[in-house]
Amino acid sequence: MGETFVQKVFSKKVGKKVVHGEIVVLEPDYVMSHDNAAPISKIFDKFGVEKVKYPERIVIILDHTVPAPTEVEASNHKLIREFVKKQGITNFYDINNGICHQVLSEKGYALPSKIILGSDSHTTTYGAFGAFSAGIGRTEVASIWATGELWMKVPEVHKFIIKGKLPEGVFAKDVALHIIGKIGADGATYKAVEFTGEVAENFTIASRMVLSNMAAEMGAKAGYFLPDEKTLEYVKDIAKSDYEVLTSDPDAEYEKIVEFDVSDLTPQIAKPHTVDNVSPINEVLGTKIHQGLIGTCTNGRLEDLEIAAKILKGRKVKSGVRCLVFAASMQEFIKALKKGIFETLAESGCIIMNPGCGPCLGAHEGVLAPGEVAISTANRNFKGRMGSREAFIYLASPATVAASVIEGEITDPGKYLL
Amino acid sequence: MEIKGKAFVFGDDVNTDEIIPARYLNTSEPKELAKYCMEDARPGFGKRDDLKSNIIVAGENFGCGSSREHAPIAIKAAGISCVIAKSFARIFLRNSINIGLPIIELEEANKINEEDKLRINFDRGEIVNETTKEKFKFQSYPDFMKSIISEGGWINYAKKLIKEENHEKK
Repeated sequence: MGETFVQKVFSKKVGKKVVHGEIVVLEPDYVMSHDNAAPISKIFDKFGVEKVKYPERIVIILDHTVPAPTEVEASNHKLIREFVKKQGITNFYDINNGICHQVLSEKGYALPSKIILGSDSHTTTYGAFGAFSAGIGRTEVASIWATGELWMKVPEVHKFIIKGKLPEGVFAKDVALHIIGKIGADGATYKAVEFTGEVAENFTIASRMVLSNMAAEMGAKAGYFLPDEKTLEYVKDIAKSDYEVLTSDPDAEYEKIVEFDVSDLTPQIAKPHTVDNVSPINEVLGTKIHQGLIGTCTNGRLEDLEIAAKILKGRKVKSGVRCLVFAASMQEFIKALKKGIFETLAESGCIIMNPGCGPCLGAHEGVLAPGEVAISTANRNFKGRMGSREAFIYLASPATVAASVIEGEITDPGKYLL
Repeated sequence: MEIKGKAFVFGDDVNTDEIIPARYLNTSEPKELAKYCMEDARPGFGKRDDLKSNIIVAGENFGCGSSREHAPIAIKAAGISCVIAKSFARIFLRNSINIGLPIIELEEANKINEEDKLRINFDRGEIVNETTKEKFKFQSYPDFMKSIISEGGWINYAKKLIKEENHEKK
C-alpha cells in the first residue's frame, strides 16, 4: 500500500513511518502569528523561559488592525515590535506588508512539504504550495515559541477530485463555496483534504490559495495541492529554506474520495449566517446590498482585482452602495497599481484601502450597521462577523461582488464578461 | 497506565454547549464548572456522586461547537477519568489532551451500554468490557501522551521539558 502526501510529510518530520490517526510530537518548520502575537507573548511568559527556542522559525505579521484604530491595538503593536527585537525574531513584517497568509506565502516561507502552524484558522492557505499547514490555538503557539515542538494527530485524507471544465464567469471561489455547500461546514472535520483533478491542476497558484484558504470552512485541518511545475516556478526565487517535493502514491489510502464535476456550475453564494448555506446565484438574484468588499486573504490577489476592474471599467458603483477594495498584500497592491487597476476601480467609485484584513473580521475600516447587507469575497459570514449582529453577509467571487455593486443588488457577473 | 470505571453513554454530536452551557461560563474555576458538566445533555449529571474515575462514552463528533477549553476542564474536574467516542471534534480533541483529559477514538463505541464496567489499558491500546466480555483495540498512547496526562496537561509537560533541558545544559 502506498502512502499519502500527509503520511510522507509527517514521516519525514519525525524520522519514522507514521500511520493516519497516529499522534506524534514534532518541530514545525515555521509558526505564524499576527496581531495576536501580543496575547501570545503574555502566555509565553508563563513558561518561565527567557528566550524563544528557535527565533528563525517564528514569523509574525501585523495585519488584523492596521494601521491601529485605537490605543489598545496601538499598544499591542508596540508590545510586539519590542518583543521581536528582544527575542531576535527577524521574520517580522510590520503594518505596511499585508495579510499574514499572503505575506508568508510571497516571502517564501510557504514551501512544499513544510509543516507550518499558525494561530489563525485560515493557516490552511499554504496548502496551495504543497505545504502541510494548520491553525492551532494561542497557547499552542506560545508553547512552540518556548519548546520548539507540539503534538499533532496525523489526519486521515479526503481526496477531492475537481473535474470538468469551469464555465466562463465561474471561478475558484465558486468551486470552494460549491464544495462547502455540498459537504457542510463539518464535512472534513480534522481531515486533510487533497485537492486534485484537472480543474485543480489548471488553477493558478492564486486560485489554489482560495481553495486551501477555504478548507478551514470545510472543518479541515489542512487543505493542500500536490506541488507541480507552477508551484516550483512560484517558489524558486523566493524560497527561504531548502525544501523537498513530496506527493501521494497512486495506491495511497484515502478515507474518502469525492468527485465534483464543475462543468455546469453557476456562480455560487453563501447566504447569512453560515458558510455552508450555499445557493446557486439564481436563487438570490436581486437581493439589495449596501456594501461590497473585494479583498481579504481569500480573494485579494492580482487576478481578483483584475477581474473586478474588468467588470467595473467604464461603469459606476450604484449610488447608495459602498465598495471597499483591499489588496491582500503590498506586493499585490503595487502590481495592481502598475496595471492601472486602481485607477479603473477608483473612477468607478470604489474606495481603495490599504492592504490588510480590513472589516472582514469586524475590527475597523468599514464595518456594517444593523440591518445592512454586504456582499464580500471573504471566507466567513457568521453573525456579527463584520460589525453589527443584525447585519447580513453574503459571500461570493470577486466577479459577482463587482457586478453586484454596479446594480446595487446581487447580480450574475456573466453579462459583464461577454 | 490503566483505568477502570463504569460507562455513562451519550449520543452523537454532543456539543460544547451541552457539555458546559454558556450560562455557566462566568467562571473558569474547574470545581464550579464540574457541577454543570453535561448539564444540557443530561440535567443534574455534574452533581451526581458517582462520577469519580468513571467513563463517558459517546457517538460521533463529540465536543463539536465552540472552541472553549472549559468543556474538557468541566469533564475532568467532575472526576471523569476518560472519554471514549466514535469521533471527536478537532478542537475538543486538542483541548482535552492539552489539559490532560485522556480520550479515545473507538469505532465500536456504540457497543458499550450504560453502566457497563470497562477496563482500559493505554499501553496496549485495549478496552475490555467486563460486563459483556467484549474486547476492543485502539491506537495505544505513545509515552509522551502518557506524560502529558500525568503532568496534568501540555503546558506543564512543556515546562518539564524545558526544565530537563536546562538541567542537561548545566
